[in-house]
Amino acid sequence: MSEALNEKNKDLKALVKREYKEGFITDIESDTFEPGLNEDVIRRISARKNEPEFMLEYRLKAFRRWQKMPEPDWAHIDYPKIDFQDIAYFSEPKKKPKLDSLDDVDPKLLETYEKLGIPLEEQKMLANVAVDAVFDSVSVRTTFRETLSKAGVIFMPISEALQEHPELVKQYLGTVVPPQDNYYAALNAAVFSDGSFVYIPKGVRCPMELSTYFRINEMNTGQFERTLIIADEGAYVSYLEGCTAPQRDENQLHAAVVELIAHKDAEIKYSTVQNWYPGDENGKGGIYNFVTKRGVCKGERAKISWTQVETGSAITWKYPSVVLQGDHSVGEFYSVALTHNKQQADTGTKMIHMGKNTSSTIISKGISAGHGQNAYRGLVKVTKGADNARNFSQCDSLLLGDRCGAHTFPYMEVENPSANLEHEATTSKISEDQLFYLQQRGLSEEASVSMIVNGFCKEVFRELPMEFAVEAQKLLDVSLEGAVG
Amino acid sequence: MLVIKNLHVSVFDTPILKGLDLEVKAGEVHAIMGPNGSGKSTLSNVIAGRDGYEVTEGSIEYMGNDLTELEADERACEGIFLAFQYPVEIPGVSNMAMLKAAINSKRKYHGEDEISAGDFLKLIREKADLVEMKQEFLKRSVNEGFSGGEKKRNEILQMAMLEPKLALLDETDSGLDIDALKVVSQGVNALRSPDRAMVLVTHYQRLLDYIVPDFVHVLANGRIVKSGDKSLALELEEKGYGWIDGLQKAG
Ligand SMILES: Nc1ncnc2c1ncn2[C@@H]1O[C@H](COP(=O)(O)OP(=O)(O)OP(=O)(O)O)[C@@H](O)[C@H]1O
Ligand SMILES: [Mg+2]
Repeated sequence: MSEALNEKNKDLKALVKREYKEGFITDIESDTFEPGLNEDVIRRISARKNEPEFMLEYRLKAFRRWQKMPEPDWAHIDYPKIDFQDIAYFSEPKKKPKLDSLDDVDPKLLETYEKLGIPLEEQKMLANVAVDAVFDSVSVRTTFRETLSKAGVIFMPISEALQEHPELVKQYLGTVVPPQDNYYAALNAAVFSDGSFVYIPKGVRCPMELSTYFRINEMNTGQFERTLIIADEGAYVSYLEGCTAPQRDENQLHAAVVELIAHKDAEIKYSTVQNWYPGDENGKGGIYNFVTKRGVCKGERAKISWTQVETGSAITWKYPSVVLQGDHSVGEFYSVALTHNKQQADTGTKMIHMGKNTSSTIISKGISAGHGQNAYRGLVKVTKGADNARNFSQCDSLLLGDRCGAHTFPYMEVENPSANLEHEATTSKISEDQLFYLQQRGLSEEASVSMIVNGFCKEVFRELPMEFAVEAQKLLDVSLEGAVG
Repeated sequence: MLVIKNLHVSVFDTPILKGLDLEVKAGEVHAIMGPNGSGKSTLSNVIAGRDGYEVTEGSIEYMGNDLTELEADERACEGIFLAFQYPVEIPGVSNMAMLKAAINSKRKYHGEDEISAGDFLKLIREKADLVEMKQEFLKRSVNEGFSGGEKKRNEILQMAMLEPKLALLDETDSGLDIDALKVVSQGVNALRSPDRAMVLVTHYQRLLDYIVPDFVHVLANGRIVKSGDKSLALELEEKGYGWIDGLQKAG
């Protein structure tokens, strides 16, 4: 390659260097279990949360299952073995917050969320978003509870739902992602400490966006949260999750499970803006993000859409999926995944068509920079009885520089001949022509790259709720920010 | 405004411009003609500050300052605009969004506040009318799926929005039908002013019927080999470039 182009690539490399602004540590006294995992630890977690008996049984069964399962070994990601005895499975701030009043919340916690741009005082919040803030293993605050309960919406930490609505939790927990589903789902079922629970009753359109904000603070602590969202017949909810963690040299494990259930005519929109600490330039530290997310469209005309913008984590392994059980049900997956430095992302979706006349859409945008490796792995499965299933998949990759990679693995399993599946894939680079064109119009190199990248992601961003689309754009900008010139 | 002296430029170590001199004053319109591959686009690119174009000798002064010190975006903010011979597509970025960012970037550079949404809309509607561009084009992605002529028109819209001091138009007339040529010329003429200079690169004297230049130059073999007034363009149209090449050899 010519020297001029090499120079250009160097510039691009400098450009994608970033600082992780959420990398601070909150100095707060916490009560953390000593590292290690055995039945006793699980009993202690359950006892600490004063859980009903069925929950303890559920956990123990999952744990025994997990012990017999082999740790998965994935083709496109590469990391040192995790020592599960070296992780603490429970941590909570010492000063236990009462959830109804902010006065009891440790000011340091409030400050933490303020710094992250998520004020927990309702008057300061985005007027139309209710937030559940999860700090390490526990939920510290859920806002707008009253407004929501007037509409009949249940939005609370799952630990509390187990106290207040045990029958609902019991009815649905593990029905979409059973403990034996995979290694990390089993581990999560055994040790999960908190997460959000949402129930939207029949015919109710949730009056505001619901959102959970996850923060890992404690060192060597794994975060295993569990989210369960049920939209009853004809209900609608839009739910958002955001995640960050301090900058630490050790890797931290995040193994969450999210289950969505959409009954007849119900719609669930689930959006994620994930910005876990990605590790430094040399790949030191960062979060291992192994997540199982799945939704089931149980009834006719149910609809589930996953939208995700992922810029963080050292390793991301996740495939938000939709099981299209009901006739005429709809599944959607919109994803932007950015990897740079030594980040690795193996992400994609599974659309399982079972009902008749079901349709799914997959739009995946992968951006790789530095040594980042981005893999899209998608499965579209059409079972025997799924007459007239339709799928459209589009996977686009954008490369910044020439040491990163993009890989696309679309799998299709079709057992019904009436299926109509379409797949498109492109790989492109930001061209020098595009950069010069925008710079010639007066935009800095950084702004030009950001504009091109945002344009590339547009089809996904427009699926996000307004405020979060702006957030996601900013996040991408920050991720691409660096020493230019 | 622009003073170029003995300019030598290499692209990938190949010398393209070899001792070019050119002076452009505020209010003037210069036309540059010349055979394919003679270095016309190279000249525009080097003035606009494109990477990979190395000035090996000579100088470019703009408003009394050494232009080579500035990055491409700084030059743009200082009032240099290049209408591209081949406008570039930016998928997913609307014309409006790009222009708004460009205007605000320029304003920020000059320590001014951002343009208000209302003012911006008013401005862009007015300028779109000037180049007879339909509103729907403003919402479409920059140049994506535009026809050749539409792309050129879009360049003039951008020029009108950014109100440059020095506009370089690289073959903006190529690929335009007669009506479009008139529209684009109208757009350009509307922007002619005593404090704005323009350099038009063209192969066709036809454009110069609509935009009458003060000077016409012939660029060949990396140098300006002949300069004159509008009549030079007519002469070229009649005789081609051969006679000038001969003249160069003799002199
Ligand atoms: N990026 C480049 N790589 C290699 N050669 C180049 C590059 N840019 C320009 N050149 C060469 O420099 C010479 C001048 O090119 P330039 O584009 O400036 O010509 P031009 O006068 O604009 O021609 P045209 O009338 O065809 O537009 C040509 O021989 C061209 O091949
Ligand atoms: Mg040219």
